[in-house]
Amino acid sequence: MIEVRRLVKTFGLKPVLRGLDFRAEPGEFVALLGPNGAGKTTMLRILASLSRPTLGEVRVAGYTLPGQASEVRRLLGVVSHQPLLYGDLTAEENLRFYARMYGLSDGAGRARQALESVGLAPRRRDLVRQFSRGMQQRLAIGRALLHDPQVMLLDEPYTGLDQDASAMLDELLRHVAAGGRTVVMTSHDLPRAADLATRIDVLSRGVIAASVPQAEITPAGLIELYRKVTHD
Amino acid sequence: MTSGAASPRAAARARGYLRAVGAVLWKDLAAELRSRELLSGMLVFALLVILIFNFALELDLATRQTVTSGVLWVTFAFAGTLGLNRSMAVERDRGCLDGLLLAPVDRSALYFGKALGNLAFMLIVEAIVLPAYSILYSVNLFHPGLVGVVLLGSIGYAAVGTLLASMAVQARTRDVLLPILLFPVVLPVLISAVKATNAVLLGLEAAELWPWLNLLIAYDVIFTAAAFMLFDYVVEE
Repeated sequence: MIEVRRLVKTFGLKPVLRGLDFRAEPGEFVALLGPNGAGKTTMLRILASLSRPTLGEVRVAGYTLPGQASEVRRLLGVVSHQPLLYGDLTAEENLRFYARMYGLSDGAGRARQALESVGLAPRRRDLVRQFSRGMQQRLAIGRALLHDPQVMLLDEPYTGLDQDASAMLDELLRHVAAGGRTVVMTSHDLPRAADLATRIDVLSRGVIAASVPQAEITPAGLIELYRKVTHD
Repeated sequence: MTSGAASPRAAARARGYLRAVGAVLWKDLAAELRSRELLSGMLVFALLVILIFNFALELDLATRQTVTSGVLWVTFAFAGTLGLNRSMAVERDRGCLDGLLLAPVDRSALYFGKALGNLAFMLIVEAIVLPAYSILYSVNLFHPGLVGVVLLGSIGYAAVGTLLASMAVQARTRDVLLPILLFPVVLPVLISAVKATNAVLLGLEAAELWPWLNLLIAYDVIFTAAAFMLFDYVVEE
């Protein structure tokens, strides 16, 4: 579903990704771990067509980036640590706006369905700026699922969430993954990544330094692997 | 066969494009109707400027007539900068610009949606400032030609301003950067607008008005076309 070959990204003279190779099969949930500055967000932004690769080949569902970005964007749902929602619009207005941007035929129905799936239907007429951080993040997932994407890209979605909101997000992400979507999630939270993902990749110094199926590693083993890969 | 199949596809794409332009415009107007942050800021600033000029320029009626075009366009230009900054700050807030860029539409549709929103805000402010100026300065501004000049000048300003504001919003010093980028580029529009406004208000002959109007129309077309081609590169990392 996602194939990245020898991806290089530089900002000015500073290289962030240095010939990175990455694959995600259909239905796979890949957790992308790594220290700050390792290039996780840069990689996700390139996959989301928000940033151009300097060198290398990026394919999503057979479409190449950046050449076929519009086709790729139709298949993507993106959730970042920012909700990508307008504070002065209500929850429903935000979703109806995005439904129009995605050219969905029954925007009102889709928005209602998305609000119900993230448990925010009773608050649909409230302004987003009045929502708590956890509610904004739930609505952000509703926005990302609005057009029923095949691929979900999650960039540190747990940032700033309390325990209850994080637990609720866990449930939502399990539901997202259970739908057979391919999910790539960056995170600093090793135990949570190990719990949710089917494969764990560690990004260090601009390359994937380790990749292990979740079933083949224990939480303690993952911490050990992470330390070894990022400190070597 | 091929052209027959391509034609409905092209029509569908055009409909999708216009729907995206309309969606961005609707979103900006709906959010502003609720918050009124952008319009109130622009209006208070514009009214204060013409009030201060009114005290500073204690001139006779004939002289006031000649400075009107300059005072008006200085007011519109600075109030417009405030509006452009605020309009793009809304997109930066909560990462909304990324949300727009992720939509599967031609990115120039985002530009036209934003530019139309900015133009609408400028025109609303101008529609309030012009009568206020007329009362404060005892100058008759009710010339049909003035509407055309203000519209053409505002289109040029919003066209180039939206593009440069999209560029500046990604910088840390965006509030300072936008006027520095904008004013040198938009200067031909402002000069043409000032000269054309002057020609209308002083009742000069058409031969003196049309060159400035033609220049305004040419700049509007050039800036809009340039923004259409460049917007994708400006907003992408």
